[in-house]
Order: sequence, then C-alpha cells, then structure tokens
Amino acid sequence: MNKEYDVIVVGGGHAGCEATAAAANSGSSVLLITMNMGTIAQMSCNPAMGGVAKGQIVREIDAMGGYSGIVADKTAIQFRMLNLSKGPAMWSPRVQSDRWLFAQEWRLMLEQTQGVDFWQDTVNEVVVEKGKAVGVKTSMGLEFRSKAVVLTNGTFLNGLIHVGQKQFGGGRAGERNVTGLTEQMIDLGFDHGRMKTGTPPRVDARSLDFSVMEEQKGDEFPSTFSFSGTKPLKEQRSCHITYTNTTVHEILKEGLDRSPMFSGAIEGTGPRYCPSIEEKIDRFSDKDRHQIFVEPEGWNTVEVYVNGFSTSLPLDIQEKAIHQVKGFEKAKLFRPGYAIEYDYFPPTQLKHSLETKLIDSLYFAGQINGTTGYEEAGAQGLMAGLNASLKVQEKESLTLGRDQAYIGVLIDDLITKGTKEPYRMFTSRAEYRILLRQDNADIRLTELSNNIGLASHERLQKVIDKQAETDRLLKELNETSIEPEIVNDYLEEQKTAKLKQKVKLSSLIARPQLSLDGISKMEEFTPIKFNEYSKESIEQAEIKIKYQGYIDREKEMAEKQKRLEGLKIKEDFDYHKLQSLSSEAKEKLSKLRPATIGQAARISGVSPSDISVLLIHMGR
Amino acid sequence: MIMRDDTICALSTPNAPGAIGVIRLSGDKAIEIANSVFEGKDLSKQKGQTLHFGKIKKGDEIIDEVMLSLFRGPHSYTGEDVIEISCHGSPFILAQVIELMLEGGASAAREGEFSMRAYLNGKMDLAQAEAVADLIAAESKAAHQMAMHQMRGGFSEKIRILREELIHFASMIELELDFGEEDVTFAERDDLDELVKKILKMIRQLIDSFADGRVIKEGIPVAIVGEPNVGKSTLLNALLQEDKAIVSEIAGTTRDSIEDVMRIGGMLFRFIDTAGIRQTEDVVESIGIKRSYEMMKKASLILLLVDAREIGKEGIKELEEQIKAELGANFAEKELITIVNKKDLIPASSLKSEKPEAGSQKPDFKHQMIYISALKEDGIEELQTYLEKIAIEKSQHATESIVSNARHHQALKKAAEALERVEEGIANGLTGDFLAMDIRQAQFFLGEIIGTIDIDRDILGHIFSSFCIGK
Repeated sequence: MNKEYDVIVVGGGHAGCEATAAAANSGSSVLLITMNMGTIAQMSCNPAMGGVAKGQIVREIDAMGGYSGIVADKTAIQFRMLNLSKGPAMWSPRVQSDRWLFAQEWRLMLEQTQGVDFWQDTVNEVVVEKGKAVGVKTSMGLEFRSKAVVLTNGTFLNGLIHVGQKQFGGGRAGERNVTGLTEQMIDLGFDHGRMKTGTPPRVDARSLDFSVMEEQKGDEFPSTFSFSGTKPLKEQRSCHITYTNTTVHEILKEGLDRSPMFSGAIEGTGPRYCPSIEEKIDRFSDKDRHQIFVEPEGWNTVEVYVNGFSTSLPLDIQEKAIHQVKGFEKAKLFRPGYAIEYDYFPPTQLKHSLETKLIDSLYFAGQINGTTGYEEAGAQGLMAGLNASLKVQEKESLTLGRDQAYIGVLIDDLITKGTKEPYRMFTSRAEYRILLRQDNADIRLTELSNNIGLASHERLQKVIDKQAETDRLLKELNETSIEPEIVNDYLEEQKTAKLKQKVKLSSLIARPQLSLDGISKMEEFTPIKFNEYSKESIEQAEIKIKYQGYIDREKEMAEKQKRLEGLKIKEDFDYHKLQSLSSEAKEKLSKLRPATIGQAARISGVSPSDISVLLIHMGR
Repeated sequence: MIMRDDTICALSTPNAPGAIGVIRLSGDKAIEIANSVFEGKDLSKQKGQTLHFGKIKKGDEIIDEVMLSLFRGPHSYTGEDVIEISCHGSPFILAQVIELMLEGGASAAREGEFSMRAYLNGKMDLAQAEAVADLIAAESKAAHQMAMHQMRGGFSEKIRILREELIHFASMIELELDFGEEDVTFAERDDLDELVKKILKMIRQLIDSFADGRVIKEGIPVAIVGEPNVGKSTLLNALLQEDKAIVSEIAGTTRDSIEDVMRIGGMLFRFIDTAGIRQTEDVVESIGIKRSYEMMKKASLILLLVDAREIGKEGIKELEEQIKAELGANFAEKELITIVNKKDLIPASSLKSEKPEAGSQKPDFKHQMIYISALKEDGIEELQTYLEKIAIEKSQHATESIVSNARHHQALKKAAEALERVEEGIANGLTGDFLAMDIRQAQFFLGEIIGTIDIDRDILGHIFSSFCIGK
C-alpha cells in the first residue's frame, strides 16, 4: 500500500473531487480519502447545478479544466438558461441532475484520472512538522505522508443533525460525523465558528398530484455547461411549482415551540437567503404564501425534492403541514427535512491560494471555509488542489483576479472580508460582472489554466478557434453594408427606425430591437454565410457589437484598480510601526495581513488615507 | 481612486487673509487645463520654470489677474507638470478658479496628494516619507472634521436620505438580477424612473446650493442700522456710488429694506439698508422697524451708524443693548460694528483714535474708532478697507473649506452624471445589469461625501431583510 503522495485530499464532496482532479491533472500524485466510497460527489442538497452567478462559476470551473461542468452535462435531466430577458452578463445556465448518475459519473471520471488513488477512511489528524502539513492520520490508525494536505470536510466536522427536539451526531443524514479534527486545528491556533444549514423533506412522486401544479419545462434548445463539446439534452424532465398557504403556516406555527431554531438548540448561523420554512413564516409573516419548487431526483426514481420547504421542525408537523400544500395532500415522505450544524474556520485565516496562513502546505476548501453551494465548493476545491500541486512542484501559486472570474471574487471576498453566514455567490458581489460572463469563461480562463499545466491543449485550441472565428465574423459584419430598400420593411416590422442610406451591418445589430440571430435568418440581407459560423462565435460577435461600450468601461475601471493589486505587501510587515495609520487600520491589517495594497483597500475600516500612508511606506 | 494618474487641483495656501491665494495643478494635463482659461501667452509653448502674467477668464468674464508659474516634470515639486496660479486671496475668486480647473478636467486633490506624488516620483527621500504620511493622516482628520462641521445644517442628512433611496433602488434592480427565478415581485420601471428623477432633482439642487457656498456667491450680508435720520441711506449711496436709497431730511424715509451688492477688494458684500429704529406709533413705520431686526438676523455684519453729536450719551449704549436683546442667541455669530457718522459736525479735536473698551488688550484694527461723513464721502475708503479686513477674517473658514467644497461638488456632479445615464437607460429599455453599473457609480460618489461604505453588504443586507429569498 502506497503511503506517500504529493497531495492528500480529505473529503470526497464537490470541493474534494475538484481538488483531487486539479491536483492530479496538474501533475501531482493524489490520494483522496473519504469515509464512504459510495457517496463520492453526493448532492446533499437539491439535485441541481448552476443558476444565477453559480452557473457562471460552473462555466469557469470547466474553462479551468475542472470536471463539474462535464459531469453536470452528462447527468442532466433538464437544462435552462436563466435570465435570458436580461443582458448577457446575467444569462445563467442551470441543470437539474440525476442525483445518482451525478455521483456515479464523478467517481468514474476520477477513477479514469491518472495519478488518483482512493482510500476509504476517516482522517482525524493532520500531521504537522515544523509548521508544515506533511500527512494525515486516520481512524484506522494509518499514517499517510504527503507534501500538501487539502481539507474539504464539508458539514462533517462535529456535525450535529436536528429534527425537532431530536439531535444526533452526523455529517449528513445517514452518515457519521468527524470528531477530533476541529480540536486539533484549535490547538494549532485556528479560530473556528459554527454554521447551520438545512434541507427539506423528500417525498414519493407517485403520491403527488402534479396536475394542480405549474409545470416548468426545460429550454426548447438546451445548451451545455462544458466548453468541451458535451452533447445537449434531447429529452428532458420537468420541474413543478406550487405554493404554501395560510393553513400550512398555521400548522407550522404549532410546532415552533418544538423547533430547534427557535428554542436555541441551534447555535450556528444560517444563511439569510436560504431560510427554512419556519424562518420564512416568522420573518415574513405578512406573506400568505411561499413558493415551492418540486424537483425530480433523476430519470427513473420516484423520489422528489421539495425545494423551499427546508425545515427542522418535528416530523409530525412536517408531515401534517406538507399535506396542506396544493398537490401534496397525499404525499408520502421518504426522508424528513433536517437542519445540520457544523464547524468552520473563518476564511480570513487563508491566503489567496487557500493555503492557511498558520500551517504551511495545509489548504482549506468548501464549507469548511463558511461557504455554501456545490459550485462555490467545487471552485475552491479546484483552486486549492491546483495551488497545493503547484506548491509541491515549487511553482508560484495562481490567484484569479476579481476582474477575471467569479472564482476570484469568491476567494477574495472570503479571505478579505470573511463571512458571518454561509457564503453564496451573487452577481451583485462582482464589481465587474459585465466582464464575468458565462459565454466568455473559456476566453477569460482557459489559456491561463493551460499555461500552468491544468487545462489541456485541446481545450486551449478550441478557445483559439472560437476567437478566430468571432473575429472573422466581426470583420465581415463591419465591412458588409446593407441598402435601405432591402431591409426597411424588416426594420419597420421590428419597430425600429428605417434607414435613409446604406449602413454597415454591425451598426444595425447594435440596435437594441435587433438581433444578429434574427438578421442572420434573412438570407437576402447579406452575402455572409452564417451557417459557416458556430452558435458560440455568433453570440460572441453580437455581444461585442452591442455591449462594447459597457465592457470597455468596466475594463478601464478594472485596469485602474489593478495598479493597486500589483503592489505586494511583505507578509511580515509591521503595521504598528506606522504611527500615521489609524488604530482601526493597524488592528485590521495586522490581523488580515493582505497580500496587496488593492486587497488592503477592500478591508472594511481601512480608509483611503490609510492606504495613502501604506503606499508611502511600501515605497515607489 | 487612491493612486491616480489624473491631474489634481487644490488650493495650496491654507490661510492668507487679504493676501495671495495659490492654486496648484499637477499632472499630465495641468498645462493644458490652465491654458484653456488663461489669457496671456500660450502656455503649451512655454518652457519649464517660467513665470507668466495674465488673466483667468470664464468665457468672457475676467475672474482675476494672476501670476502663473509653470513647471515641467520632472523638474517640479511633484515630479509631474505643475501649474501654480497666484490669485488674489478672496475666497470668491479662489473658489471660481478652482471650479474652472475642475470643469476643465482636473480632479480635486485628496489630503496630502501633492506630497504623496512627490514622494512616489522620487522627489523625497525615505526620511521625509514619515512626515508626508503624518501630513496625510493629519490633513484627512482635519478634512473630516471640516466635513462634519459643514454637514451640520442638513447637508449630510440629505445625502444620507438620497443614498438610502438609491440603495433601495439598487436592491430592486439586484433582486431582479440575482433572484429573477424566485417568487418575488419586481419594481415597475416607471416607479424606478420616478425615483431616479426625484433623486436627480435633489442632487442638482444640492449642486446649485453647494457650488461655492451661498455666502461667497451672494455676498456677505451687511445690515446698516441706526436711529432714524442718522444717515444710513446716505452711507449706502456713498458705498454704492449711486442713488439707490431714497434720501430725505424727514426721519423714517426708508420704510422698506433696500439691498445692493458690491465688491470691495476680492470680497462680495450685500448691503442692506434698513428702516431706522426708534419708538414709534406709526403702524407702517413700526412694521419697517420690525423688518429691520429681521434683516439683522440674516446679516453677518451689522453696521450700527451713530451721529457724532450723540457720542458719550446714553442713547447709543441703549441701542446696542436693544439690538443684542432683539437678536438673542443669533447675536453671538455676528459682528456689530459701530460707525460714527457726520464727523464733519463735531470738532476734529474730539475724535478719539481708539474705542474706550480696548483697554490694555493688544492693539487690533477692530479697536479703531471709525469716523466718517457719509454725506461728504469722507472716510468711506477707510471704512471699505476695514470691512474687507473683517470679512476676510470671518471668511477664513470659508477659505479652508474651498477644497473640500470642491471635492463634494465634484462628487455630486459625478453622481448626477451616473444617474443621468440610468435615466437614459430606462428610457431606452436597457436591462438591469447595465443600469446597475451606473447606479453603483452614483452610490460610490455619494459615499465619497459621507464616508466609505461597503456597497455590496448594504444592498444584499437590504434585499435579505426586505424580501423573502430562497427556496
């Protein structure tokens, strides 16, 4: 049995799987240790990937060479591009997944990845020598050695499950928790905290009346997450929408005295944007209904996920209340909803590489950092695995900028601002969101990833081809003129001003009422052979024509900020030496130890004049 | 925003009563911006380290005659191209010149920014760095206090309300963007448009009222008061050199207040002639007297005119006391100046040079007795000089605040520009993601005025507390 690896990844969830893949694909030997080989890449929450801001992250993971996008495409049962009525920066892909296939596909892909070994066991100690992580010890008494360790423990650290007044230790329903590791980290000097999340009950589809619910179908022309050429869906499953009502709310209120949320039994902080149903009726008592999104769990299973009904109320209340929901009158429960509390380590203790500041070669990714969501976890896993691997190979770590990727925003937010509730990505967290679109994730990231040895050359070639094709099309559109008499009837039909003289095709496409897709269908307008161009390059060209002004403005803002990002601060800089700094700035800067002046400027409590003082002392 | 490559501008002489004020520009466009308002030699063709005489003009209007020093980088204080304009030290002129520079494309400099640039461009050694850092810290503290001081009187409250409305607005847009899939109702574009228009209107009002300060713009209000027939209207005419007020031998001729504006030196004054104060049974006249007190409440300077022949009598003291009593708490912020008129009617030998209450205090121009003859226009120039000195002393505070004024003004303008783009975007049916970009800008600039803020946290916090989000 091999006991020596470059990188050991602890935990086989979304973060752990991406970390394993990224470390292995960038040339490291990796051991993935998970307590249950049967639940690798389990979707513990709803069976869906992507959505607004999260879909962009999945595209970025894919562009970097991660697996989440490919797995999601291969196991999807429905695809929707959300927010299509908004600008291209808001278009967000989402799939419903087959929960079983998803986990299976991930495991198969990891098995096929060179350099990955597996071991089923529980890690309860990281071996630290001279301030450096050099291996792990397991509950079976084994010791594995490595040059770096990535912890992706999810909700398992001292996990405590609540259903009504019942409590039991566990990392997920039906699985044990992990003890000892938090305590070791505390001994090593880490701050820790407690967070809470929850899930709704799962029910039997055969017991539901879908005819009284609204059906939500997949897109007519489904797309894919991956830039690699995965196939779009031909057949899809529908989701359904129903609502709670005041009767449901009254029943739920009956159980509040036995609710762990309200009795104080739950100490951890839950997310404000994903409240349990009992929190919803408490905080928004004026609302007489809340939406419930009924998601199928797969192609063949009858199990469905009751999204929007997350609860830790006693089981009898859960059942009684759900029976009052339209379409759920005869619902049979498969599994109850529950809340789970777990330990996390405030992410301000990390560097941009996700390596801990305290222990060399120790990396944290996923919920252990106070985040929520498969996508957020996967993104961190990929970066932690990649950076651990780069460190082993004595290469410089990779940090993505806030203007380069949502992944960059995610990590910078975590380590600069920390988080008081489970952190989820929103597009509004990104100051350059016009730049961070799902359509250009490959253009933004694949070359970068290829340069450091992660994304393959084939993937890079695809990006180069796409860009060349886009440029060719743009050139054609900028050079081809169109006569008023040919196009004016069409313009009138589209409710936009008629032409008085001939114009370049690109200037027509710039009009908000017109689309390149629409114009390309009018063959008589132009000699351009649109069918020779891919859907992707047509989309790129159109975005460039329509939104270049906004894109340029954001680029300019990002450039200005970049000068500050380029100014590095020495890791051991003594802020207390600087008399002119405000005392709040001294304290915050000493604690957070920003890597650059740009990061320092984002710390709350550090004023522009503090930054000026820093600039002076950092020298020219 | 902290390390910028744009051209910055500020007043470089903090306090210069009655003397010269120097405005400094530094950056790539310093020469270009100065040249665009300078009438004299073509500055773009001048060598570095040269001195030029000319006029600063706003369109056709001459703002001031100035001496302008031109430095070309790296041979300048900051290492960049630098222009220093020496103007007359009036806040009115200085504010206008700075305004012209900002309009020409300069940005208002931050605390210590010239020194910081000098340091970053290698014009200072490390030993000097700590001093510059201290300067920045100290100046920003002072500027903050100044801002807080200015913001009393409703300004900060207005900005705060605007910002809150904007956060609400931004939240509605962000809600639609990030939670479009959820069961939430969105604001109508018409409502949003109305809100933007309302905020824009308020910002524009603030820009107008804030431009260079009401006092500087409209003149320092000076009330001329005294007993009937002491020569108030004659004095006003003498000052203004025209027959604005009705002058007659009959006491109580001026029943309404008369105002006029004039410039003395660099300062603008708004003189208010008032009805004479005395006990009267005449209904119309007593209304006029009542109004006189109201005028005094609005004035910063009160010129109490007395008849030279009444000097030493009880009446003058009583009148002073009466004014104090009528103005109550308002009196403290005003300057009451007693002026002896009709000096030609008493022997020159009885004119005392100092006020009796000066006592052993350090001699000060304020302790001079002022004797004039309004009718003969004797002593008017001395009075004008005296007024200018007092006004400059009083407006020192205004001088100090020009810089921060300019910065706030600029921030308001930029916020307005961003909101105008939002307004235009709504009209063109632009989607929320693009509108949000400009809303953020507007928020950023309003935040610059009232202090740094975490926009994201504010907006998301607002969304989470106002809307039930999450499946």
